[in-house]
Amino acid sequence: MAGFDKRVGSYEEALRGLADGMTVAAGGFGLCGIPENLIAQIGKGGCRDLTLISNNCGVDGFGLGVLLKQRQVRKMIASYVGENAEFERQLLAREIEVELVPQGTLAERLRAGGAGIPAFFTATGFGTSVADGKETRQFDGRGFILENALTADFALVKGWKGDWLGNVIYRRTARNFNPVVAVAGKITVVEVEDLVEPGTLDPDGIHTPGIYVDRVIQGRFEKRIEKRTVQPN
Amino acid sequence: MALTRGQLAQRIAQEFKDGDYINLGIGIPTLAAGYVPAGIEVMLQSENGLLGIGPYPTTERVDADLINAGKETVTARTGAAFFSSTESFEMIRGGHIDLTVLGALEVDVEGNIASWLVPGRMVKGMGGAMDLVAGAKDILVTMTHTSKSGESKLMPRCTLPLTGRGCVRRVLTDLAYLEIEGGAFILKEWAPGVTVEEIRHSTAARLLIAPDARQMQLPGG
Repeated sequence: MAGFDKRVGSYEEALRGLADGMTVAAGGFGLCGIPENLIAQIGKGGCRDLTLISNNCGVDGFGLGVLLKQRQVRKMIASYVGENAEFERQLLAREIEVELVPQGTLAERLRAGGAGIPAFFTATGFGTSVADGKETRQFDGRGFILENALTADFALVKGWKGDWLGNVIYRRTARNFNPVVAVAGKITVVEVEDLVEPGTLDPDGIHTPGIYVDRVIQGRFEKRIEKRTVQPN
Repeated sequence: MALTRGQLAQRIAQEFKDGDYINLGIGIPTLAAGYVPAGIEVMLQSENGLLGIGPYPTTERVDADLINAGKETVTARTGAAFFSSTESFEMIRGGHIDLTVLGALEVDVEGNIASWLVPGRMVKGMGGAMDLVAGAKDILVTMTHTSKSGESKLMPRCTLPLTGRGCVRRVLTDLAYLEIEGGAFILKEWAPGVTVEEIRHSTAARLLIAPDARQMQLPGG
């Protein structure tokens, strides 16, 4: 690599440095916009005792669900895990630690982590078990809880178009958590469908500026659909 | 007769006001998108990053990159916008959503709602529900009046872990439309063919009958 050229030649290289016990944040909502090849590479690499931060944890047999199945995950930080029977089984059997976080709080904790904000107050979860053990405060007569920022050793991101410098554009609802995961990584790795030369992407349209990105690679994506719903003919 | 899913969706849609930005929960609330009353326009928000949900796609237009919060493939209507999860929850938590319609396991007379966890049995997570009940300007809870085993879901006090405290004022069930006030559920409308006695029998919490209570009006019914 030279200068700002962040291209890597293989998925192995894309995840170089990932080790047992690390924290990995991954973009995606359900299976939409997940960095599926980077996740699969973790499965091949075999790292264990990982803490995963992701809105969901894939499904049985695809996405992060594979890492669960292979017992590579020590702890999961997520907002909704309803689509994954193996996860629910491991959780109820206390084989995995889980921190369920309201979806907006999860996004904001990652944003805060990337923005150098150590914690913030939110009304979400006040008066529920989410507030247990957390500082609370009243503002204008309403209760708020203090939530801490989240960062990750590795942030895994799926983009649509990216350039060598790490500038990324996402497509439709595949954007979801990806931009906010991108800012929260000590090492941020982006896989894109289309890797282009600098100058190709319109600077006005960049969703994730390259400063957040350390490595970028072009991948091929299955883009599995969880619920294919169509109009009745 | 208890309301069908379609009738529930119709009744939900009667709560839509022209110009509302609305977030519909997974399941029956999502169906309400198909019953927007004539002459009004609403914009549906999906917390995974879409403002302006359109109808389900034709087979040819199915796009893996375009789903709703229920992970169903959808389309984007004219004038739609895409954004990140952070921005989506700025809309929700910042009080920019006019109405959210979502399901529940229990609601009580204090306006508490439980919807995300049955300890030791069901672990799905709260998703965006805690953010929605904390941030939306108006909340309509939609659920069956009783559980599958016949237990009331309208409680003196929620027994399950809460999603939000003191935030619910309106509940639509398959038997009735009710409001919460002064430590009781106030029956405002009963479903066609359902008696007030049946509703009383199925309600564990204090139930009062509004002076202007009436049978629910449904189009074509």
